Amino acid sequence: MSLSVAVSHRLGSFSIDAAFESSGRLTALFGPSGSGKTSLVNMIGGLIRPERGRIAADGTTFVDTQARLWLPAHRRRIGYVFQDARLFPHLTVRQNLGYGRFFTPRRERYADFDGVVDMLGIGHLLDRRPSTLSGGEKQRVAIGRALIASPKIMLMDEPLAALDEARKSEILPYIERLRDETRIPIVYVSHSAAEVARLATDVVALSAGRVVAAGPAGQVIGSITGAAIDPTDVGALIAFEVLGHDPTYDLSLLRSASGEWRVPRIDAEPGARFRALVRARDVTLATEAPRGLSALNVLAVTITGIGAAEGAQALVETESGADRIVARVTRQSIDGLGLKPGVRVYAIVKAISFDRGGVPSAAPRS
Amino acid sequence: MEWLALSPDEWTAVRLSIKVSIWATIVALPFGVAIAFLLARKRFWGKSIVNGIVHLPLILPPVVTGYLLLITFGRRGPVGSLLGEYFGIVFSFRWTGAALACGIMAFPLMVRAIRLSIEAVDRRLEAAAGTLGASPAWVFATVTVPLILPGVIAGMILAFAKAMGEFGATITFVSNIPGETQTLPSAIYTFTQVPGGDLGALRLTLVSIAIAMAALVASEMLARRVSRRLDIA
Repeated sequence: MSLSVAVSHRLGSFSIDAAFESSGRLTALFGPSGSGKTSLVNMIGGLIRPERGRIAADGTTFVDTQARLWLPAHRRRIGYVFQDARLFPHLTVRQNLGYGRFFTPRRERYADFDGVVDMLGIGHLLDRRPSTLSGGEKQRVAIGRALIASPKIMLMDEPLAALDEARKSEILPYIERLRDETRIPIVYVSHSAAEVARLATDVVALSAGRVVAAGPAGQVIGSITGAAIDPTDVGALIAFEVLGHDPTYDLSLLRSASGEWRVPRIDAEPGARFRALVRARDVTLATEAPRGLSALNVLAVTITGIGAAEGAQALVETESGADRIVARVTRQSIDGLGLKPGVRVYAIVKAISFDRGGVPSAAPRS
Repeated sequence: MEWLALSPDEWTAVRLSIKVSIWATIVALPFGVAIAFLLARKRFWGKSIVNGIVHLPLILPPVVTGYLLLITFGRRGPVGSLLGEYFGIVFSFRWTGAALACGIMAFPLMVRAIRLSIEAVDRRLEAAAGTLGASPAWVFATVTVPLILPGVIAGMILAFAKAMGEFGATITFVSNIPGETQTLPSAIYTFTQVPGGDLGALRLTLVSIAIAMAALVASEMLARRVSRRLDIA
């Protein structure tokens, strides 16, 4: 499976000029609000017709303006999960789920209705009306409705954005199962670095309608420039393995390439592997090994680069083993401490973001 | 209570009126939906002209509408003569003419109700149906139509009620022939023009009220049922 996009399009004063290729199982289109991610996914889905360009998925050309080719949405065999579930209010959950299947040619129906219902845990909702469902239930039904149509590609446009934290953590495991258990490639739109860190195998980072970085998730997220995303979300993606738990202090012991970590207990078996985001704002740098510090995680790192000034602050990229860690510090500290590439310092990590409430599960095999 | 019993002639007027109104409503419906869809969704040159023509019967004196029908759909009218010659459809001084007049007079009310409900449809639902593989025609049949059903029902009831009460255009276009074009309002009018017709006029008036109430109750019940199904109520 491969997705190839190269389009340019103008929407009022905003213009999109983006090109990327991906063959990942979950490709995240990632960027702040207004960066053009939803417009881009709508072009893939056939809801917006790009002025110029070409989009192809899995050998099927969806649009090619040069060849004057345009495949309307209903002939693209996509499964689109919208931010607002968009269930049909006049149909029951069962009828909603079966809607797309009706239009799928018989020999191309691979989705198993009962299997999808089981996977999403919506069996008890089948005879209800959409208006009686909670936000999380609606979104699960919407995912099921897209899946049961046997799509060739899934498009998910911020499917969690309208939900509270509890509902998000209710849905996330299902999206992970979707990624790991089905063969359908997913394009996932999000502005949340934690969500992308947890789910994506590949990332396309967008800013103001342009692609600023694209590639495997580990590479892209670790080196994202601050402009691409919400400044509070800038950070580095680190792969962890759970070593064990410490019941006395309710901590979990983790290992990454840079060493061992202690974090408030997480609900995962020893041996479980996952990725998590270490936010730049949660990292402090010290030139000497700190003593008498309440923070538990202190790592010896080497500075590899210093980002452009953002007001009073700048990002400092460091490296330890194969891990990359990014810190946000004031420019005064950078000058005062003499921070520059090659200098060895200590990174003090105050917290690891597990995408609040999200229990890490198996890391994606990318 | 014997005075309440309708005479055969009165029954004929009642039956004719119901027949004329039902036909007017049913034949107008597909045109009403099409025009309402066009006005609600499409942008085209001359849209305000189309909108104006549709609404004209609402504003013009009914007699004027009836006269316009007479000169276009009458036996010698440009459209009437063609239809009569090639299709054998004759409107003048027939009940079909009464249905045509009623349909045209009721049309703006029907279009308004349906247009409002089409404008209220969440188009994002239609887009969602498209991504699930439904072609535009299927989207219309399986998403748009069910969602506008309450508006369509309301439009049909309004049109039916309007057709039941139509007087001016009908009497101008197809006159007042008992058994052929004498609808309920025409019959009441005739009763009021002859000495001793008061009782007959009163009887038919009561029938009018009964039919109007029945239509209203039926529409309320249907609308409630549909909106319960849609979970709008």
